Amino acid sequence: MSLAFSERARAEIDRLLARYPTRGAATLPVLRVAEREFGGIDDDVMVLVADTLDLSPAQVRGVFSFYTHLRRPGWGKYVLQVCATLSCALRGCEGLADHLEARLGIRAGQTTPDRRFTLLKVECLARCGESPVLQVNDDMYVNVTPAKADAILESLP
Amino acid sequence: MSTPYEPYLLTADGTADFGALRRYEERGGWAAARRAVTEMTPAEVIGLVKAAGLRGRGGAGFPAGVKWGFVPPPDRVPGPRYLVVNADESEPGTFKDQALLETDPHLTLEGAVIAAYAIGAETIYIYIRGEMPAEARILQEAIHEAYGAGHLGAGLYDTATRMDVTVHRGAGAYICGEETALLTSLEGGRGYPRIKPPFPAFSGLFGQPTIINNVETLANVPAIVNRGVAWFRSMGTEQSPGGKIFSLSGHLKRPGNYEAPLGIGLLTLLHDPRYGAGPWQERPFKAVIPGGSSVPVLRADELDVRMDFESLQAAGTMLGSGGVIAMDESVDMVEVLYNLARFYHHESCGQCTPCREGTGWTARILRRFHENRGREEDLALLLDIADQMMGKTICPLADALAMPVKSHVTKFPDEFRRHMGGEIPRYVPPSSWAVG
Repeated sequence: MSLAFSERARAEIDRLLARYPTRGAATLPVLRVAEREFGGIDDDVMVLVADTLDLSPAQVRGVFSFYTHLRRPGWGKYVLQVCATLSCALRGCEGLADHLEARLGIRAGQTTPDRRFTLLKVECLARCGESPVLQVNDDMYVNVTPAKADAILESLP
Repeated sequence: MSTPYEPYLLTADGTADFGALRRYEERGGWAAARRAVTEMTPAEVIGLVKAAGLRGRGGAGFPAGVKWGFVPPPDRVPGPRYLVVNADESEPGTFKDQALLETDPHLTLEGAVIAAYAIGAETIYIYIRGEMPAEARILQEAIHEAYGAGHLGAGLYDTATRMDVTVHRGAGAYICGEETALLTSLEGGRGYPRIKPPFPAFSGLFGQPTIINNVETLANVPAIVNRGVAWFRSMGTEQSPGGKIFSLSGHLKRPGNYEAPLGIGLLTLLHDPRYGAGPWQERPFKAVIPGGSSVPVLRADELDVRMDFESLQAAGTMLGSGGVIAMDESVDMVEVLYNLARFYHHESCGQCTPCREGTGWTARILRRFHENRGREEDLALLLDIADQMMGKTICPLADALAMPVKSHVTKFPDEFRRHMGGEIPRYVPPSSWAVG
């Protein structure tokens, strides 16, 4: 297997493992490290994580597939998540989603051909009082109008 | 209330990035943990919280002190105890824990240290939603500060007590807010709820005695230690003492988090200019979900209720997490229920047949209504499926859809009948886009 964690990532993983009585408990944290290290989690990465934690690849695949927030291979540089659950729906998230679909020329769930943006419809982001809500990678934007969404997208490096 | 309510939960000004510890200590922060650890026995702390009557703020409303008291003594179950902070806030319409963690991380940390001390735990795990990376960073920074100031670590306040905290990020799964699913997830598995018993207090995280408390529940604890039982019970009601953060969302002029005594009128929360300030576009309210998306909806003529556990139960609904979702007359209740059904179907872990299949059937039937192809017999079918789901699964996720289904169908049958080929009025929620 050619894939390997960097020295720095290995040190971080060791620090993580020290915080749990079992290696398996570090699965989600190590998947987070892998996500940063490799930009997404594909099958090879899952095998590496399984190896690192003394787990079977099937176990890691099963865990990975359960959680929606981990980066899938092929996702764009920026993952745009629009909350579609009730409180946001009441305050116009559909308009925001329509706007982003039109602007990017893709549907929710798709990635732009240049791999810059992935647009996702997601469930409640726990900012219901400031809807509509848009999460761009780790950054949360609230009360997002189409004009504000444009400004956010244009400000991204 | 004879005296005006004085907030004690949301007291920080602005976000807590740097220097949160200094600002928290200036407001008297960490004095309660020091006092509990150095001057009180664990049993005294549990007794105090029991006497205060603090009920869990995550949804179930179980008395926190009673829960802590379930942890067996070490001679019965040896080995480590764990305190797990449930910061996986994901009940639609609820965003109070997010605010607490973002603006005042030390408050929850201090409450967690006191709770851990009370149950004999030296390890605290904070399970925080994957979608809250900023709050996780703020917490991590606060933990770093707390170690530096001696509020965490070995030899706590010059006693033999040790306290370690680890922030564990979730990764996008509503079900992990259910306490046993959270434990499974924390152990590195798919977020599957577990059958109880055994209860976590006996056999929880890594098979050891474990207490799981919601962020807001723990945020109440320092003030109870500092100010005592009489003060805490001077707010709220006999059975629901204390204050509460109500998250207001939907069709209000001022959505947001508001702290108020339990037992405050729902109409006050909705209309008072200090809180929701009334409907955002002056259209009257049609319906309000009073306690997060899982609880039965109230019609406009049912809104004269008090916001405490017992009053809302008497009104046929629940306080839940205190997430109030207000909907005005422009809303089509079929679309509201369709939006919720889609959510619960998406979030079902799939372990139990009634939930895995029931949420899917419900969503597909509602899709029919959404497409104006509903049938009269579907109303009975929806209720029948809800009955087959209620109380028949490992965890309450099935109930969390069944209750909205029952209340929507029985309280707004005419709205469903409009979706049987008739003319459908303009609606607000976007279920057509949201599917998939």
